[in-house]
Amino acid sequence: MCLAVPGKIESIESDDALSRTGKVSFGGILKEVNLTLVPEASVGNYVLVHAGFAISTVNEEEASQTFEYLHQIEELGQSGKSDK
Amino acid sequence: MRYVDEFRDHEAAVRYIRQINRITTREWTIMEVCGGQTHAILKSGIDQLIPGKINLLHGPGCPVCVTAVELIDRAIAIASKENVIFCSFGDMLRVPGSSKDLISVRAEGGDIRTVYAPTDTIRIAYENPDREVVFFGIGFETTAPANATLVYQARQMNLKNLSILMAQVLIPPAMEAILSAPGNNVKGFLAAGHVCSVVGYDDYEHIVSKYNVPIVVTGFEPLDILQGIYMTIAQLEEGRAEVENQYRRAVRREGNITAQKIMGEVFNVVDRRWRGLGLIEKSGLALIHKYAEFDAEIRFGVEQLTAEESTECISGLILQGKKKPYDCPVFGSLCTPEYPLGATMVSSEGACAAYYRYRKEGTESIKQSGGKERP
Ligand code: SF4
Repeated sequence: MCLAVPGKIESIESDDALSRTGKVSFGGILKEVNLTLVPEASVGNYVLVHAGFAISTVNEEEASQTFEYLHQIEELGQSGKSDK
Repeated sequence: MRYVDEFRDHEAAVRYIRQINRITTREWTIMEVCGGQTHAILKSGIDQLIPGKINLLHGPGCPVCVTAVELIDRAIAIASKENVIFCSFGDMLRVPGSSKDLISVRAEGGDIRTVYAPTDTIRIAYENPDREVVFFGIGFETTAPANATLVYQARQMNLKNLSILMAQVLIPPAMEAILSAPGNNVKGFLAAGHVCSVVGYDDYEHIVSKYNVPIVVTGFEPLDILQGIYMTIAQLEEGRAEVENQYRRAVRREGNITAQKIMGEVFNVVDRRWRGLGLIEKSGLALIHKYAEFDAEIRFGVEQLTAEESTECISGLILQGKKKPYDCPVFGSLCTPEYPLGATMVSSEGACAAYYRYRKEGTESIKQSGGKERP
């Protein structure tokens, strides 16, 4: 129900403050999405879409932290004790 | 797909599991709040891959599952009226009320339509000026801005034939209700990432300090969940209790301010009854006075309708993390997704439905594909 799917903004159709809409691509499938809640998002950005509304812009720099964090904790494990 | 496949990378998942194993020395019970996370955990088999010392409890984070029976009954009463077009997310149609569900109202001739976005009902109202169009406004904070936008636009457009049946609920009060219930053994939370995309996570600071439990805002892909579990266990093992954010690519501390503005314009906070959890103070959203004309309960005079929950279904205990679906005597026999007795069997994010789907038919292991293209 709180599923929100990331997609890429391909175009912004109407840009008035009340009903900002655009086309968002989900792995190649285009859907019309309400962009009112993400005024900062522009064409090329990824947004999380829930119930027809983009609720958040995906921060591309932060996306790699899940992998950086994994490296960090692995190093931590290595320096802490040599378990192998 | 970007921001999806790379977070399902098999090799990284194995490495995360190894690290979780490394730091886990004791038994810990943690709860994933959101049904979307429950679904992902069961689907990828995370519950069976992490150390046995970690017990994952499935939380109340499925709006379909927690909508009180009396609200379903009110929906049924409205949808049964002549001249009404009743619009809802599809999941709600099969949730049992006290005597029937919305699907059977449709079979009896009711005009019930499923919509993808709440604002789709605006077009329906516009095209049917002689009919009353009602939207079933369920959801957590994630859905609240979309529902608020519907009401806001209806007022702007002066649509007289549109109203909303408000069933919105708020997550932090439910987490507090679980923590303060007698016999609670939840020691940490994976908080629902998309709820936090909208409202941020400042609200959790007081829960963390009051109950001394770590809360990690967590996403929905397997690697998000594994990282969230690691971060929670690390806090528990180190004796810390803090709010941390695993889902940084989608969640800022302050949340989405534009979304909060529209919610504040249209809604205020009220007490609300949850299926299985009972009345929780300040846990729901209702229309503020200025928008009262769009309140379907008032328009159709169904506010007084109350109902008792059925006793055979133990979904209330499951939603509180006190029981698992296997503990229900009718799980998989009398109660199946085809013939659900309780809401947690209806929604694909309900714990009973997730167990039925992924534990009866086997686990799809974390996908081997993807992961090549990292962000
Ligand atoms: S299996 Fe069915 S009856 Fe049992 S708790 Fe789940 S929804 Fe309720």
